[in-house]
Amino acid sequence: MPSLIKKGAIVEDDWSPVDPESPSPSSEQIYSLDQWLQLEDKAGSAVQIEPGQSPAPLFDFLQQIALVVVNFPVFTDGRGFSYARELRERGYGGELRATGHFIRDQLTYLQRCGFDAFQMADESLLEESLAGLADFSEHYQGSTDQPLPLFRRRV
Amino acid sequence: MYVYDQYDQKIVDERVAQYRGQTERFLAGKLTEAEFLPLRLQNGLYIQRLAPMMRIAVPYGLMNSTQLRKLAEITRVYDKGYAHISTRQNVQLNWPQLAEVPDILAELATVQMHAIQTSGNCIRNTTTDQFAGVAGDELEDPRPYCEIIRQWSTLHPEFAFLPRKFKIAVCGTTQDRAAIAAHDIGVELVADAQGEIGLKILAGGGLGRTPVIGSVVCEWLHKKHLLTYLEAILRVYNQNGRRDNKYKARIKILVKAMGVDAFRDAVEQEWAALKDGPSTLTDEEIARVQSFFTDPDYQKLDGDAAITQLDELCVKDPIFGNWVKRNTNDHRVLGYRIINISLKASGFVPGDITDEQLERVADLADRYAFGEIRSTHQQNLVLADVQMDQLYDLWQGLQAAGLATPNIGYLTDMICCPGGDYCSLANAKSLPVARAIQARFEDLDYLYDLGPLELNISGCMNACGHHHIGHIGILGVDKKGQEFYQVCLGGSQGKNASIGKVLGPSFKQEDMPDVVDKILSTYVTLRVEQESFLDTYRRVGIEPFKERVYLKEKACQA
Ligand code: HEM
Ligand code: SF4
Repeated sequence: MPSLIKKGAIVEDDWSPVDPESPSPSSEQIYSLDQWLQLEDKAGSAVQIEPGQSPAPLFDFLQQIALVVVNFPVFTDGRGFSYARELRERGYGGELRATGHFIRDQLTYLQRCGFDAFQMADESLLEESLAGLADFSEHYQGSTDQPLPLFRRRV
Repeated sequence: MYVYDQYDQKIVDERVAQYRGQTERFLAGKLTEAEFLPLRLQNGLYIQRLAPMMRIAVPYGLMNSTQLRKLAEITRVYDKGYAHISTRQNVQLNWPQLAEVPDILAELATVQMHAIQTSGNCIRNTTTDQFAGVAGDELEDPRPYCEIIRQWSTLHPEFAFLPRKFKIAVCGTTQDRAAIAAHDIGVELVADAQGEIGLKILAGGGLGRTPVIGSVVCEWLHKKHLLTYLEAILRVYNQNGRRDNKYKARIKILVKAMGVDAFRDAVEQEWAALKDGPSTLTDEEIARVQSFFTDPDYQKLDGDAAITQLDELCVKDPIFGNWVKRNTNDHRVLGYRIINISLKASGFVPGDITDEQLERVADLADRYAFGEIRSTHQQNLVLADVQMDQLYDLWQGLQAAGLATPNIGYLTDMICCPGGDYCSLANAKSLPVARAIQARFEDLDYLYDLGPLELNISGCMNACGHHHIGHIGILGVDKKGQEFYQVCLGGSQGKNASIGKVLGPSFKQEDMPDVVDKILSTYVTLRVEQESFLDTYRRVGIEPFKERVYLKEKACQA
């Protein structure tokens, strides 16, 4: 089973990856956005968003969804950072996972935007990438993990 | 000027440590070239023709003498003993070693400097008017807002991988010296009908391949909303800006494609979710940052007496008098003047300054200008607060360092990109053209007779030398592998910004001084009374220039 970083530790994944071709994906599977839109019962569901797919269709179901995966096919495409913040700002409290080709140096940024799980294309990098989460201990802006900007916290 | 506290220092220190790790991983083969690229760019490191080029941030162009001395030391130890002032008020090094960059950054951090986001597809250094705080026509000092934006944009987690680079400029005067309309976002301090000062927000300006003047997205915004509003604009851009074609990826293309009204609607919609949230500025925070930009300890001087005395000195020493006339500006405080230091001496690369000159300027700033130095987007330096009765001594000090060329605002005070001598993207060299023009027009009397003139040179369409907004713009083009130069006329920056118009077919390098000469003599023939080049051009149009330049010129056309 593939592994990922979750809550600061490396764990195994309990979800099966998206299979956009499958006509009837199983309930343990992560749905593509198109598949997910067809679902009648969205409770406990998992859905993956690709760059260019706005997360807006999810906004009415944020209390029901168990997992949102945001794919980063290339690490230089930063749309997913905004998707994450939009989801969290609108009250999504479930697992928010980054998957794909992001790099270790982006982990702090991803975490600050509200991601709490990281599945890297190259799993051999997970261990050393964990260290990337500790690159910074202080930040200027408010963000998802610390909504108060520094100017409201300076002493 | 802003002074770091323990938080600011920690963020910069942690950034240095992070970058040191990234460099080590790259050198050990653990980061690929492609992965390292955006990381080094976000720390100001380009790989150029001959060596890396490193861009050091000078937030809104403000430095103190300690920082200048540190820069001098860095150029001596890690580079070839000179630095370059860029058109975005930053400092560039042309010869650093990749492996030594973390050490350079660590040195910079000791004087509260960094290279964070000076390049790459992220929010860049925020720029402003070089005369901020001392200009007579200022509604309010823009620098506190620049610093607030600097902090907000520094290592912003959401906007580090934008479709393209993103530049913000702020101004507080009616005469916009920060070229805010040529930026991705322009912020202008404006008063509403009741006289309350707020922010006018422009978006979608920019130069480059498709020069565009920014559109107004908000006529008046309460200051407390500055950051949430910027965040909304950036979020619309981050999600919708084009990522398939880097030449169409700037926000200017998005604003044009959506139309400014639809763009504004999208921003307002995003803003609704952010407005009045925790990122809303507090009065205390604005006041805290403003407290770093208060007046220095000005002497109470007798303004009239100071002027009389200065006038006498100017008559006694006409060379000094000429420098005062050409290189100094009015100050809002009686008895003071603003001093421009020209980095455009004939025979030198425009904007270059040596380590010794940096140290000399630092000393002079300590002695005569409260230890503060500014860099300008015209690639010069400014000492903002000098007592009139100390001008003569200061001038002598500048002269001794080769820094008293009296040409501010004239033809030879040109903007020029590094071009083909350094830059791997260049179509043509730009420095030899600048040098040839400087050599041809060395006669100061002729220069002054020509009046205010902006000549800008870029080595390719990327427009680092802002050729579109020069009164005379020169652009390097490639014709079947040969270097040629296209000329455009009538561009301008500031409140009535305009984009120059192409004169016609391009020219060979050796013909450029002649071409410029013909353009200028056409102007001299056609001008009426005190009319400037730009005004004459606007009155007569491009045709007379075209006729004169291309008359019996078939031989040198390409
Ligand atoms: C030698 C290394 C350099 C390289 C490789 C380089 C590359 C570029 C590129 C590719 C662009 C176009 C970006 C776009 O349109 O989106 C650009 C724009 C720009 N460059 Fe450079 N540049 C270099 C040096 C400089 C220097 C020395 C200056 C200052 C004198 C400068 C100032 C600018 C400015 C102001 C722009 C912005 C134009 C705009 O507003 O769109 N660059 N540069
Ligand atoms: S304008 Fe072109 S040649 Fe000049 S520095 Fe920029 S990219 Fe290089």
